[in-house]
Amino acid sequence: MAHDHAHHEETFISKYVFSMDHKMIAKQFLITGMLMGLIGLLMSVFFRLQLAWPGESFPILETFLGKWAPDGVMDPNIYLALVTIHGTIMVFFVLTAGLSGTFSNLLIPLQIGARDMASGFINMLSYWFFFASSIVMTASLFVTSGPASAGWTIYPPLSALPQAIPGSGMGMTLWLVSMTLFIASSLLGALNYVVTVLNLRTKGMSMTRLPLTIWAFFVTAIIGILSFPVLLSAALLLLFDRSMGTSFYLSDIMIQGEVLTNNGGSPVLFQHLFWFLGHPEVYIVLLPALGITSEVISTNARKPIFGYRAMVGSILAIAFLSFIVWGHHMFITGMNPFLGSVFTFTTLLIAIPSAIKAFNYITTLWKGNIRFTPAMLFSIGLVSTFITGGLTGLILGDNALDINVHDTYFVVAHFHIVMGLSAIFGMFAGVYHWFPKLFGKMMNKQMGYWHFWLTFISAYGVFFPMHFLGLAGVPRRYYSNTAFPMFDNLTDINVLVTMFAILSAVAQAIFMFNFIYSALRGKKAEQNPWKSNTLEWTTPVEHIHGNWPGEIPEVHRWAYDYSKPGMDDDFVPQTVPLQDGEEVH
Amino acid sequence: MIQLLLAVVAVLVVASVIQIVRILELTSELKGGNTNAVTDKDNRNQGLLMFLVMIGMMGSFIWMWVAWGDLLLPGAASIHGEQIDNLMAITMGIIIIVFFITQPLLFYFAYKYRGKKTGQASYVSHNNKLELVWTAIPAIVLTVLIVYGLRTWSSIVNMDTSDAQVVEFYARQFDWTARYTGADGMLGEANVRNIEGANIVGVDLQSEEGQDDVLGRSEIYLPVGQPMLFRFRSQDVLHSAYFPHFRVQMNCVPGMNTQFAFTPTKTTDQMRQETGNAEFDYILLCNKICGAAHYNMQMTIKVVSQEEYDRWMSEQTPLANS
Repeated sequence: MAHDHAHHEETFISKYVFSMDHKMIAKQFLITGMLMGLIGLLMSVFFRLQLAWPGESFPILETFLGKWAPDGVMDPNIYLALVTIHGTIMVFFVLTAGLSGTFSNLLIPLQIGARDMASGFINMLSYWFFFASSIVMTASLFVTSGPASAGWTIYPPLSALPQAIPGSGMGMTLWLVSMTLFIASSLLGALNYVVTVLNLRTKGMSMTRLPLTIWAFFVTAIIGILSFPVLLSAALLLLFDRSMGTSFYLSDIMIQGEVLTNNGGSPVLFQHLFWFLGHPEVYIVLLPALGITSEVISTNARKPIFGYRAMVGSILAIAFLSFIVWGHHMFITGMNPFLGSVFTFTTLLIAIPSAIKAFNYITTLWKGNIRFTPAMLFSIGLVSTFITGGLTGLILGDNALDINVHDTYFVVAHFHIVMGLSAIFGMFAGVYHWFPKLFGKMMNKQMGYWHFWLTFISAYGVFFPMHFLGLAGVPRRYYSNTAFPMFDNLTDINVLVTMFAILSAVAQAIFMFNFIYSALRGKKAEQNPWKSNTLEWTTPVEHIHGNWPGEIPEVHRWAYDYSKPGMDDDFVPQTVPLQDGEEVH
Repeated sequence: MIQLLLAVVAVLVVASVIQIVRILELTSELKGGNTNAVTDKDNRNQGLLMFLVMIGMMGSFIWMWVAWGDLLLPGAASIHGEQIDNLMAITMGIIIIVFFITQPLLFYFAYKYRGKKTGQASYVSHNNKLELVWTAIPAIVLTVLIVYGLRTWSSIVNMDTSDAQVVEFYARQFDWTARYTGADGMLGEANVRNIEGANIVGVDLQSEEGQDDVLGRSEIYLPVGQPMLFRFRSQDVLHSAYFPHFRVQMNCVPGMNTQFAFTPTKTTDQMRQETGNAEFDYILLCNKICGAAHYNMQMTIKVVSQEEYDRWMSEQTPLANS
């Protein structure tokens, strides 16, 4: 090999375990994220069983939950623990670390033309902090008093007082430790992404020629750097309140007949700190998925992405606005009503850049020559869920309307569709699209088709009916709806939802099978299987340290010259120089 | 033993699926094709599926609306609630229109422009005029929604409470206690540190305002047409007082007083007639995760005529005497 980079001997440990190679780290993030995702998925099936058939015995629950499900009937405390950990795992471990960790790591160096991340060592640390965080979170499932169960938003005082709920004992401590490690991982990763994008772009790769994937990862990393530290401080203060007798969030509390000495704190303070991360977090989850979709839709429609500048502009606008809307989670928490008005205004503004993105995706399909790869199907699915879920945001973002749907199933439907489904569809699209780059193999197409349609239909089947539950006034995080006669006639809807939830879990088995089978026995990939323009497809199929065997290629055009008139092929890689008289797009 | 057999069966099933997939891939390769390359036939099938699933999606949405429409909350039973319902109707209308335009368009384009080997996409990278249009239209619609929404919110939170009757709702794991002012129209000061015996909400019984306060549990009465100022406190963790039929919700925060003012407009009897449900009752439920019995933290509310309310109130005992 002619390149002058990293000629040290590779041992098994340095290649597969403590690897500093971004491609290996990407795979580590992906596989850890998928394993955590499986746990989160299984949990959702368990609590859906309880919601559809409350009080009925399911032996499988006893097998998995042991003493928490005597005779196969779930205990209310473990129900709350399951929804808490399901949320935590899905939002942070799967859709933040699993998504950004995988694709930012894989694609940033490959698509901007860099040999590796700016710091391979920090990148490795980032993964191992995440790994440790995953281990602690998983371990918290096994403590005697049960895992954290105050909801994934861990609002104090419930999360601060073990007297209030058993999960706020050891389980909550481990949750906080795990999140602290997670935040460290996230910051290390994000700093690396930002520095790499700014400094290590290859010759000719100006910011305005960056693929939209990179724009999305770059902006996501900036959002993470600015918001995660605030969650860290919120968590630390909570830790102090829990174990050192401080009163940041606690005041005038009597619990189990005992008056606590805490005085002067405010639970609302925690909510401000939490949502200052919590809302940007939505876009930390969503933007990478949208970036992946831009790339996949353009490549497979064989058309330039419509309105590249508008797409970049709307990513930046969304990122900016995401920092000044957090209060829309708090309209009815006792926050000053005037603040509510401000947050409604800023929140509804986000609909504008979001609408621009949706229209641009639809227009990219228009007059295309669409190739339905499984990745393309998931990307189109993402656009659909992004629109559906985004629209109900107009209701929840409006403080007057939020009064009556706040914390009902309407919210559950909204954020699962707009953030959960969109982001996971984006992640699936990414896995199918870049599997050849990750593993040098192709994923099976037929299984991909089955996986998409079953997932897409069952996901809508799960979350669409939930809007109706919400409009019927059903609160979220209810162990059972049987205590209120007014919810009695909603049982059928709950059963339907659970059926679809089980179907969607089965569909994920197809994906897992396809993933493992293809990684081990799949057909070897060509170098550029999707006839794509971006730089990652100019690297050899077999991973090498440093990515390109020779010189790093130079970039001469943007990433979206698909079906350009006057060209031989329907794609023109970024490395092809402009011809005489050829117009830039 | 059964578990062992099941495990063996599972392994065998997975192994045979692997072999079947392998065989399918190999046979299709022998026929000269690459199994994982997308063919024109795939594009046709998937495009068609896009179209059919879109029809199914739109159809099932309409079906749900028709089949489940009656299960939703009945119209608001409060003055501001009607404003909220109107705003909701308009917002929902806009949402449904946009949904029924964009979703079919997305899937129809996917179907219509399904690819062919010989096909050719057009090279359109942007169109400033078009982009301006679809930036401006949402901006205008949103301006209307924001202005309408903020006016509604402002009229709700700025309601005139000068002649409102004050009732406090006190939350703890896992029940509600209501506190009426008694004859003086004022609630006594309260703090968890004063809790003792029957004084379960910690009223300062030294104060005159506090002595005549009246507590109500599990079922309480409200007079129809009377402006109410609900105040909220919590003893232990966060709770949220949710009165779905009044369109009223507010968190109960330990260490802090919160409030919500509104006017109930329909008696319980009226609602029973309107909904055709003889069992109908207004309810208060907890809507902020608060512990194991969060799902069963309720209170029944009867909205009655002023006379009936006065009669009920006269039967209650002031706190200092209980």
